[in-house]
Formats: sequence, C-alpha cells, structure tokens
Amino acid sequence: MLARQVLRAMPRRSSPGGSSVNRLFSTEMTVREALNSALEEEMKRDDNVFLMGEEVAQYDGAYKITKGLWAKFGGDRVIDTPITEMGFAGIAVGAAFQGLRPVCEFMTWNFSMQAIDQVVNSAGKTYYMSGGSIDVPVVFRGPNGPAAAVAAQHSQCFAAWYGSVPGLKVVCPYDSEDARGLMKAAIRDNNPVCILENELLYGVSFAVDDAVLDPDFTVPIGKAKVMREGTDMTVVTFSKMVGFAMEAAEELAKQGISLEVVNLRTIRPYDRDTIINSVMKTNRLVTLEEGWPQSGVGAEIISFVSETAFDYLDAAPERITGADIPMPYAQGLENMCIPQVPDIVRVVSRMCQGK
Amino acid sequence: MKSFLRSVVSRRMMGRHSRSMSSNPSIEFTPFKGYKLEELPDNKIETNKEECLKFFREMALYRRFEIMADTLYKQRLIRGFCHLYDGQEAVLTGIEAAIKLTDSLITSYRCHTHQLSRGDTPANAFAELLGRESGCSKGKGGSMHMYYKKNNFFGGNGIVGAQVPLGAGLAFAHKYKKDGGLCVSMYGDGAANQGQVFEAANMAALWKLPCIFVCENNQYGMGTAIDRHAANHDFYTRGHYIPGLWIDGMDVLAVKKGFEFASQWCRDGNGPLFVECQTYRYHGHSMSDPGVSYRTREEVQSVRKGRDCIENMRNLIIEHGWADSAELKAIEKEVRKEIDEAVKAAKAAKELPSDHLTDDIYYQERPSFIRMIDEQTSLHHS
Repeated sequence: MLARQVLRAMPRRSSPGGSSVNRLFSTEMTVREALNSALEEEMKRDDNVFLMGEEVAQYDGAYKITKGLWAKFGGDRVIDTPITEMGFAGIAVGAAFQGLRPVCEFMTWNFSMQAIDQVVNSAGKTYYMSGGSIDVPVVFRGPNGPAAAVAAQHSQCFAAWYGSVPGLKVVCPYDSEDARGLMKAAIRDNNPVCILENELLYGVSFAVDDAVLDPDFTVPIGKAKVMREGTDMTVVTFSKMVGFAMEAAEELAKQGISLEVVNLRTIRPYDRDTIINSVMKTNRLVTLEEGWPQSGVGAEIISFVSETAFDYLDAAPERITGADIPMPYAQGLENMCIPQVPDIVRVVSRMCQGK
Repeated sequence: MKSFLRSVVSRRMMGRHSRSMSSNPSIEFTPFKGYKLEELPDNKIETNKEECLKFFREMALYRRFEIMADTLYKQRLIRGFCHLYDGQEAVLTGIEAAIKLTDSLITSYRCHTHQLSRGDTPANAFAELLGRESGCSKGKGGSMHMYYKKNNFFGGNGIVGAQVPLGAGLAFAHKYKKDGGLCVSMYGDGAANQGQVFEAANMAALWKLPCIFVCENNQYGMGTAIDRHAANHDFYTRGHYIPGLWIDGMDVLAVKKGFEFASQWCRDGNGPLFVECQTYRYHGHSMSDPGVSYRTREEVQSVRKGRDCIENMRNLIIEHGWADSAELKAIEKEVRKEIDEAVKAAKAAKELPSDHLTDDIYYQERPSFIRMIDEQTSLHHS
C-alpha cells in the first residue's frame, strides 16, 4: 500500500536500469505493494474492473496481494470464489465478453491447469475465431514457478505453455516497477493477459522513481528492459532469475566478464529487437529460466536468435534452466533443480573462455 | 427413449381440440414438471394467428437452413465439423419469444440457428459456413464459432460444456451492470455431466446470478443414449439445490410459456434456474455421424411423424382456421426461396484476402512480428 512507503533522502543506489536522472529522494516499494497499489488505482479508475479468486476478499489474499481492497471496494467488486478454477475462470471470461474487466487470480498458476481450457480456448482464441467481433479484456494473474519446498505439483513454471498461445499476452514482472507497470498495462489492455508473478519476490523491496508512482504509469507489454549493460555476453531472462543474473553479473565483473542482463518482462509477444541488438553487441547468448528445459522459453529465444542473427554469434548459445525433474521437496535436492547464482557464474564464465 | 415416445400418444389425444372462435385461444400442452418449485406455470398459453404464423415461418426457416447445410456439407462446401439442429427448432424459437435481444444467449457448437434468431442474415450465416469474408467471423470461425455481439449472442463454442461457465459470467455481468438482463446458457444432455456445469451452477446460486441453465436433452450425448451416460437423466433436477423445470421441447408454445416463467424468475432476483427441454435431433451428432448406429430409423421416423414441431404447428394453425394447408405450403416455398438466394449469395462471396490472415490476433493491433511457416516468410510490422 502506498501508505507504507518511506520517502527518504538518500543517494540513489544504482538500481539496475533505473532512471538516468539523479534524484535526491527515492521510494522503496515491495513487489506486493506495487501489485496492490496498481490494482487499487485501476479499480478506482474504471468501475468495470473487478477482482475474483480464492481468498482475495475477506482473507485479504492468500499472499496478501489484494490486501485492503475488499474493505475499500466491497464485496461486489472483490469477490471470493469457491475452489473451482474451471468454473470461475469461465465466469471471468464470460464477464469479459459482456464488457467487464475482470482480474481473475489463480492462487498459483499450477491451479490454472484446472481451467486451462477457459484461458486458452475461451479467452485466448475467441477474438480471432469471431473475426474480431468479441474482445476479451480479462486478466489472469498469480504466482508462477517454484516457491520454496512446495514440491512437484506446486512448482511448475507456465511461461512456456501460455507463452506458446497466439491470442494471449503473457507477462512476467521482476521488480516493483515491472509489477506496477505491467499490472496496469495488463488491466488496460483489451486482450486476455496472463501475469506470471513470483511468490518469493512479493516481499522484496525495490527503489522506484516518482514516475513509477504515477497512477497512469504503465510498462509497455512486448518490450524488454536492459537491466545492466555489458559487452561480453547477453543473458536473456525473466522473473526471479533477473535478480540472480544481476548478482551473477557482479561476480563475473570481478573476473573481468561484462554481462548484459536483458529482463524480458513479456514472454508473449517477446521483444525480438532488444534481444537481437544485444546479441549483435556481445556476440554471445545464454538464456536463463526456472522452468523445465524441454520446449522452454530459452529454447524459443535461442531458436529465433539462431535463425536471425547466427552470424553475430561467436559461440553456440546455451540455456540455463530448471532441471528436467519433478521438483523434489528436500532442500538440498530442490536447490540442485533450480539455477543458483554460482551456476550462472560457472556457465557464463565457461562460455566466455577464449573471448 | 421409451417414455419420450409414449408421450407422443398422449400428446395427440390431449385437449388441443379447442376450435374456439376466440382470436386469442388458450392452447394446452404437456404439463411442466417441477423440481423444488413451489408453483409451476399452467400448461396453457394464449396465442393468436399472427404469433403462430410467425413461429411456423421461423421454425421452417431454421429447418430449411439446416437441411441446406447438410447439402452443402455433402458438396464439401462446408468442411470440418458441422452439427445440425433440425428437430430442435421449437426450443430456440420458444426461448427467443420469451426473452429479449438485450439478454445474453450462449450455446454449444450446434449454433447455426441461434445466429439467425439473434439477427444475422441467412446469407451471412451460410457465408461463415463456407468460410467467406462476409460471414460473421469473416470465415475465420466456421460452423462452431458464430457470434452476434450486437444482439448479445456469444457463440458458438467448440468445447463441450465450456459455454456454461461463460454463460454464468454473462449473467454476472448483467447483474454487475444492473441492466436487468439475464443469460440463457444452453448445453446438451452430454454436456450436462461436465464438472464445470456444477461449478458454474454453484457460483450462480451463491451469487444469485440471473442465469437460466438450459439442457437441450435430445436423448443422446454424441452416440451414447442418456441411460448409458447419465446416472440421473432427469437433467432438470441436476441443479440439486437449484430449482428446475422440465418442458416438452418439441412444442414451441410450451417452451415460450416455460421461459416466460424462467426469465421472470431470474429478473425477480431469485438466482439461477435449471431448465430441461426434452427434444430430438434428426441428424446424427454431426455430419460425420450417420446417427443410425445407436438408434433405429424407426425411432427417428416416429418422432418425425408424431412429434415434429413444425408439423404440430401446422396442424394447430389449420385447426384454428388461421391458414389452410396451401397457404402454409406457400410460406414454406417462400422460405425455400429465401434460403436458396442466401446460399447463392454466400457461394458468390469471396474468401478473406490473405493479407487479413493476421488481423484479429490482438485487439485492433497487429503483433510486430508474426512467425509464419518459416523465418523467411514471417511477417514484420513496424
């Protein structure tokens, strides 16, 4: 909530990719606060926006993303649903058919599989199938990918699956600026948008510019952001792994390797131009994601770069991904299945040998 | 199925013998059955010459449209899946007589005649079936994906049962917008077993959504008879805590009366209602199903002879002296002509030019890059 922000006068830390204007004041905001404030502002702005999902109202949200909104807007606009994803996702889409703008939460994206037909077939394809006569301004949102120790059925990353569907837009915020901007852009977009958040990022605090606090601040869907400039290698990544890539970049800098970190922000439609421009500059590419390797987001990125910018590659592009194993519960085993900062450092370092 | 046929006999013997001189006679029909309803509507309704002739023509139009679709399919001008509604016309006609075009309507893939009842022209509907640009979906949807947003018709849905939660969502929007509208959400006996139907019904009941869940029980879920696919095939009772109404779906007047009751129920804020319209389809499930491996030709013929909604309306009109046989044949001839001209227009229409292939992926926006079959032929837009 905006009320919890602390305005401090402090030297601007180099928040990756932040504004180039030196500011005396900086605001800290968690991703949770970013999402919550964006939802509140969009609901104020447009009466047709409403929220639905399990525990979003009276419980204030399983992960507190919707905290305070039921109290502010009431039970007609913030609606607790039964645990029936297929049913309520369908209701959200039907409401969108009639011109409302639902924000439908999946408590985690794992549960969206109960409703995947409504997301893909009823929401994603209807505008095309109707020759442009029925638009579907629905937003599906919720945490995606591994959390910690929640085991196989609760740890799947859905970026590749939903990202493969024409007609959907799929976005993955990393920091608070991403979260506010993409949430607002998604709600204002007349297409069905899937917002794949990350549970472990909800509590992380990021500095944000004043511009980010503006009620009309949006981040364009379909544009990636270069979080850190570099010259030796491009890492294309999204969500929590952006933070890991930034940490790895610091480590690699000590070894004299300059890593350019590209935060995709949008999985579909992804930003080809930013990726190509980066590869043209660095001549090396690695992709980084938490999801499974086979047919993942990295597989797509590498394929398209190899098709369009092969001549610019000095080395074979590679992927860093989650392991091709149903996520185990035990901590040590789980850590082996998710890319860690040392893994990123190790792979990039090896790929840059001889450069 | 036996009980369905038995009612044929009782139907004909029923008192529709009122050759009354009134211009607004009250016509009786098979009584409704109720589930958890304290009061049922009477099994009679006032009607008149004008209305009955209108019903006759409307059902004849739908019948002729579907027969023509059969022909076009066999000529391979309609391709892929094609699910025909002939036999069931009274259900749609009766519903539309009771609700408004400002109410929402949604159904399955058996949707051609809904496109017409909601206001599209036969020419445009055929054009969609033929994949031409003048179709409601510009030829991009086909038989299963017809929509008419202007009059609140939302398809045309290919996945069995998916339309039911969508319908509850449409009802949700009417309630949210406080516009007094309701949604009629139609599905078949096959879809009636889908889990999502019960999920939607639960939320509709909890939130008192103005949604009428309509099961068109045509006795078969694809090729499987109701007693083999439904442990309880009294579909109007399947709403459990939601009241239900059973209607003889072969009688347009019964359907109209039933839906007057159902729509008032919803508009009064009572929440959802389950309605079962007992009906029959003459064709198989789709054009790929001859429809004779799981039922006998005798059965189909006996329904045609004894329960056909158009024939029964014909008899009613003649009995009341509102028109004679020749006049009704003339109407049918005119309908045939209308349909023939519509087909002609549709056949002359062109397919959407290929540069419009990539329209309508996103709302009034073209993705800056669209991958086609290979990288070289892919499309870049600035």
